[in-house]
Amino acid sequence: MITIVNYNAGNIRSVLRACNEAGTEARITSDPDAVAKASKIIFPGVGAAPSAMKYLKEMGLDAALLSAYKDGTPILGICLGAQIGLEESEEGPTKALGLIPGKTVRFKLKDKSLKIPHIGWNDVKVVKAHPLLEGIKAGDQFYFVHSYYPNPASADNVYATSDYGQDFCCAIGYKNYFATQFHPEKSGRLGLALLERFDRWEGK
Amino acid sequence: MLSKRLIVCLDVRNGKLAKSIKFVDTKDIGDPVAKARQYYEDGVDELVFYDITASREERNIMIDMVEKAASQIFIPFSVGGGIRSVEDATKLREAGAEKVNVNSAAIKRHELITEISDAIGAQSTVLSMDIRRVEPTKEIPSGYEIVINGGVTPTGIDGLWWAKEGERLGAGELVINSIDADGTKDGYELKLTRMIADAVGIPVIASGGAGKPEHLYDVLTEGHADAALVASVVHYSEYTCRQLKDYLHGRGIKIRMSY
Repeated sequence: MITIVNYNAGNIRSVLRACNEAGTEARITSDPDAVAKASKIIFPGVGAAPSAMKYLKEMGLDAALLSAYKDGTPILGICLGAQIGLEESEEGPTKALGLIPGKTVRFKLKDKSLKIPHIGWNDVKVVKAHPLLEGIKAGDQFYFVHSYYPNPASADNVYATSDYGQDFCCAIGYKNYFATQFHPEKSGRLGLALLERFDRWEGK
Repeated sequence: MLSKRLIVCLDVRNGKLAKSIKFVDTKDIGDPVAKARQYYEDGVDELVFYDITASREERNIMIDMVEKAASQIFIPFSVGGGIRSVEDATKLREAGAEKVNVNSAAIKRHELITEISDAIGAQSTVLSMDIRRVEPTKEIPSGYEIVINGGVTPTGIDGLWWAKEGERLGAGELVINSIDADGTKDGYELKLTRMIADAVGIPVIASGGAGKPEHLYDVLTEGHADAALVASVVHYSEYTCRQLKDYLHGRGIKIRMSY
């Protein structure tokens, strides 16, 4: 059973629907206890990191997520769920979860013809093997909508990159936490396959 | 780099699929969600459901349809037609639409674009415009005029001006639909598409006139469009989405080929 964390950061029913389509059992909850005791967690979210962090704290979900992380519960972050996984964000002064050392940064593009947010289908290039990225080939594309991206301090935590006027990190991971900047729930069959692999992943 | 996109538009009336030819004489050709699922499996990059239902009372049918679509297709889709308020937009977003298209109501009240953009984000706010060719005048220097009500009512508004104004007001994307090209299958209005694409800093979706794969190639290269919207060329099974994309890929257009 996958537990999807609901913390007032965008419509997350699309994640639930995609989990159903991928053949996994999933539920949505805002209850910190349910999150702390979950066997698998998807931590989604769209919007701004500082306000999302504020909601997480108000609802006691930050502590629940940290406790689940320490217990070794497999956690999949999506979009904001990747950005908040680092220590801080350029989007605001709020301290984030800090599961991985590093900072979420805004695109600084030299090519002014490129627009921010980066929206659409783009190639995801696997730079380090991970069970959740298994089977992804050169040229495989996923759906992105974002202005910021996670930038871990160590290259060891970077699992995939994409190219938008510059190479940028689009998948991070450490231990039982893995997160993508792109949206598997909106990336067709390749995205559903990633969710299905997450359902089988034991966090190792 | 970002891919160019193939977008299929499904006109929906009272929850049923319809395709307009020159905006008159629509005939139903099936269930929109089943059809959408078919295109999703065929590799389309994005879908648009355009509600052409006349009465406000039928709006809930559309919300139900969007809910069903959201559980069947796992790529972004937008919904347009008859959106007049922030409430309309938020309801559609909550039902599962990634983006919302505004058109006539924004002409009548320009602030609507800003209100929707503030509520659901610029990335989810699409401004659709129906445009026809006219003799350039002082009021319409570009020679392209905005028309509303399914293409029958002229507005006296310059199309190029409105595109730039829409961007300024908070639209994150524009759909440029040529009334002259719509239903002709003779190709997109390249000059119009390029004029607008070059004048704004947001993605432009070309609409109206697709009849052959070459037309898509032309509008994505010469027309400077970011995406090509098609309807009858796929609805009547002349081409599959896969065939159109294979063609574009074969001619060097960056487009999603992984399904």
